[in-house]
Amino acid sequence: MQTNFSLTALADAHVSESEKILRACVHCGFCTATCPTYLLLGDEADSPRGRIYLIKDMLEEEKPATPQVVEHIDRCLTCLSCMTTCPSGVHYMHLVDHARAHIARTYTRPLPDRLLRGMLAKVLPFPGRLRLALRVATVSRPIRKWFANLPGGTQLAAMIELSSSFKRRRPTRRLPGATVDRPRGRVALLSGCAQQVLGQNINEAAIRLLTRHGIEVVQPIDEGCCGALVQHLGYESRALDAARHNVDVWTREIENGGLDAIVVTTSGCGTVIKDYGFLLRNDNAYAQKAARISALARDITEFLHELPLQDGVRTTGQVVAYHSACSMQHGQQVRDQPKSLLRRMGFVVREVPEGHICCGSAGTYNVLQPEIANRLRARKVTNIEKVKPQIIASGNLGCITQIGAGTGIPVVHTVELVDWAMGGPLPDVLGRRLG
Amino acid sequence: MSKIRFTEPNREILARRDSIINDLTRLVDPAGLITSADECRAYETDALTAYRKMPLAVVLPKTTEEVSAVLKYCHDTGVKVVPRGAGTSLAGGAIPSEDAVVLGLSKMNRVLAVNYDDRFIRVEAGVTNLSVTAVVAENGFFYGPDPSSQLACTIGGNIANNSGGAHCLKYGVTTNNLLGVRMVLIDGSIIDLGGDYLDSAGLDLLGLVVGSEGQLGIVTEATLRILKSAEGARPVLFGFPSCEGAGKAVADVIAAGIIPVAIEYMDKAAIEICEAFAKAGYPLDVEALLIVEVEGSDAEMDATLADITAIARANGATTVRESRSAIETAAIWKGRKSAFGATGRVADYLCMDGTVPTGKLSYVLAEISKIVQRHGLRVANVFHAGDGNIHPLILYNANDPSQQSKAEAAGDDILRLCVEVGGCLTGEHGVGIEKRDLMGCQFDDADLAQQIRVRAAFDPRWLLNTDKVFPLDFRCQG
Ligand SMILES: Cc1cc2nc3c(=O)[nH]c(=O)nc-3n(C[C@H](O)[C@H](O)[C@H](O)COP(=O)(O)OP(=O)(O)OC[C@H]3O[C@@H](n4cnc5c(N)ncnc54)[C@H](O)[C@@H]3O)c2cc1C
Ligand code: SF4
Ligand code: SF4
Repeated sequence: MQTNFSLTALADAHVSESEKILRACVHCGFCTATCPTYLLLGDEADSPRGRIYLIKDMLEEEKPATPQVVEHIDRCLTCLSCMTTCPSGVHYMHLVDHARAHIARTYTRPLPDRLLRGMLAKVLPFPGRLRLALRVATVSRPIRKWFANLPGGTQLAAMIELSSSFKRRRPTRRLPGATVDRPRGRVALLSGCAQQVLGQNINEAAIRLLTRHGIEVVQPIDEGCCGALVQHLGYESRALDAARHNVDVWTREIENGGLDAIVVTTSGCGTVIKDYGFLLRNDNAYAQKAARISALARDITEFLHELPLQDGVRTTGQVVAYHSACSMQHGQQVRDQPKSLLRRMGFVVREVPEGHICCGSAGTYNVLQPEIANRLRARKVTNIEKVKPQIIASGNLGCITQIGAGTGIPVVHTVELVDWAMGGPLPDVLGRRLG
Repeated sequence: MSKIRFTEPNREILARRDSIINDLTRLVDPAGLITSADECRAYETDALTAYRKMPLAVVLPKTTEEVSAVLKYCHDTGVKVVPRGAGTSLAGGAIPSEDAVVLGLSKMNRVLAVNYDDRFIRVEAGVTNLSVTAVVAENGFFYGPDPSSQLACTIGGNIANNSGGAHCLKYGVTTNNLLGVRMVLIDGSIIDLGGDYLDSAGLDLLGLVVGSEGQLGIVTEATLRILKSAEGARPVLFGFPSCEGAGKAVADVIAAGIIPVAIEYMDKAAIEICEAFAKAGYPLDVEALLIVEVEGSDAEMDATLADITAIARANGATTVRESRSAIETAAIWKGRKSAFGATGRVADYLCMDGTVPTGKLSYVLAEISKIVQRHGLRVANVFHAGDGNIHPLILYNANDPSQQSKAEAAGDDILRLCVEVGGCLTGEHGVGIEKRDLMGCQFDDADLAQQIRVRAAFDPRWLLNTDKVFPLDFRCQG
């Protein structure tokens, strides 16, 4: 597409990167067809092509963001389905990151929105604060309807509603690493911030799986949030700080003992860590180190898939609907490995119709845009239930919680199932059904 | 650039914008009325992005009744209307005028009825082409016309442009697969044309509506013929050391009376672009590639393929490779159907669309490369060869205004060439604004005057898609 940037504007590294992205878009419209918000709302401005066009105008004209542009960018799930579809290789993720940062710089959100976003950014990346917040949410549950009448209250009510679906998972402390005799490899396993509080069982399963295969697992104590949450909220510099911090932590691990991979069990985080190299490309002190970290990042299923796997020891054959998280299939383009692992363990894996469409979780989206998120969840659950599964498996905690809140079918992480098949404990939520 | 003219917007309408918008709020659901500059901008162009015009407002109705109310209002108050489906027109068919309301069908995307006994499906006009097939696929059916843009383009847009695709060689284009429509005329009246079966009583008005580019009315529902999928299908790749050989092979296959499902052509430039995107295993050491798909029982496919292979070999084919798996078949078609978009990775392009007699393909291809070279540009060719429907993609740099005008000039020369060799200006993308001013090369004044009279019978005040299809000057005389 033709662009119209001034030379001074193009001197900015972000702008020149975005200009390249915009030049690649031929405005063919293919991406509109696989965009969840366009499917639901039918407005070009809620499609990838439309958003790209609005962003183009905003950046070209060096205009502050308007409430209309903000509304349509806010509705974007960052599911990246558009990137899978685009034949022209348009890097929507980098463009929308730039737009969000531009919005954060040039637009003052209404107070309730600002408070909510500020709170999410201050709570979610910090396990201690999140634990506390969940306790508060549990206590407030009976009065959540009352919030709905306040400005920004629908979002608050949605948050409280959602927090109730976390209850089933037992909160534990941060896991220690695990050593093995004569290891065949050594990896760092990302603790994950929300996952430490809400889904510790996932990393427990991952550690058992890895050590069972002779992989030593380290979990550096000072590792922080990957930065995805603040990045999507538009807090660019905080995201970069988070990235730098983790680059340092993992680089230290590489230097002391070496790492074969940085293994991630939450695909939302994996997408961002794989992008550290890009995020820090203009930071001379970090560019190279960050690129090395990104190159080492692997989803747990990618990593396991490359190992000579042990056989399963349990009687499997259960029908599993595999829900591919957007960050898995679109963000990281990891598609077959999780399914093939499950099949290898003897599960009957069914593909979900319309599997490329988001479940509505999308990081903090289900809190910030509850109405669209709920519609997408209902659509997803209907599609999943069509294949009549006994279990739903997914590789991202956000999806597990989101889908879990809409169906009676148990939802587990892929590694929990694989671990169980190889002799690990039965995931809690399956207790009554398969035990 | 900006070779293509638009009529001056009607100042009186522009001055009334606020009151028009105010009136529209009473006619459509608020979520379906778009008026802010930022949001209207998303509608200022389609897939011909070199041209852009901000509309007065955009309405996205949800029902035929809403469409009717809006059209009646616009008719009564003299406001122009530009219909829009998915905005994938490559001819600028959905580009607005500043004094026009865009009426988009994207919220009308419901499937209304599926009838396997009588083999039809009824959908709203905003349903995408591919989702029609998706609905019936589980029962072994499909919808024939398959434009490369089928993932995104709407049935309403397909009807307006009489769209075709790779598999139309066997199954026909939109007009051969459309049974009936519900359509709203500019005065708001709702009419039904055709029915649930092929052919209907009275004048073939349905035939008139197909390809009318949104100038006769707005289609809100369509009844489409669905077909039973063949037992099996197999694409085969034939690589040729010369474009002439490939062109001649197409002509010989057609002349021999063999009708495969599809014969698609790619030259070296296109092969490289598509292979890089789709990793379909296209041969990279050839000058031209034909993707030929046959279908039926294994015996039938083997027999047809033997005949086609003999013809290809006689014309110098050096590579012959059959798809061996469903995954490979999908990749072969994905590469072909993404060809235009994938070209965006290497350059901007103007996608031309003309039709030539298949016997003239080799000659036309050679002439096209001369024309494009004369204008100092490059070309990639990827098209529906079996139908003689060519799509030279003229590669240029859209940020360089001189290249834009060179590309447009080369495009005009190519389209004139199509007419000269006995072909026509449009294959399947419609006339829109892009080819409007070349209509005089194809039709003489009497022809054009007659077409204009038909158009005026439906829309006497020229409010529907006003600036499209007919040369601006000619219209005044008409
Ligand atoms: C990458 C790419 C590949 C393509 N490949 C092909 C191909 O292989 N074959 C092919 O035939 N075309 C192809 N096209 C062109 C385009 O997709 C078709 O013309 C398509 O039918 C347009 O549909 P749409 O819904 O996008 O309509 P739009 O672009 O929105 O509109 C097209 C025209 O139809 C009118 N219109 C739209 N909806 C209605 C309605 N409901 N009632 C009345 N008028 C209406 C509009 O006013 C306009 O004149 C391609 C386009 C792209 C970008
Ligand atoms: S599919 Fe890619 S090139 Fe086409 S409109 Fe979307 S982003 Fe642009
Ligand atoms: S990221 Fe998802 S929601 Fe956002 S524009 Fe792309 S497809 Fe649509």
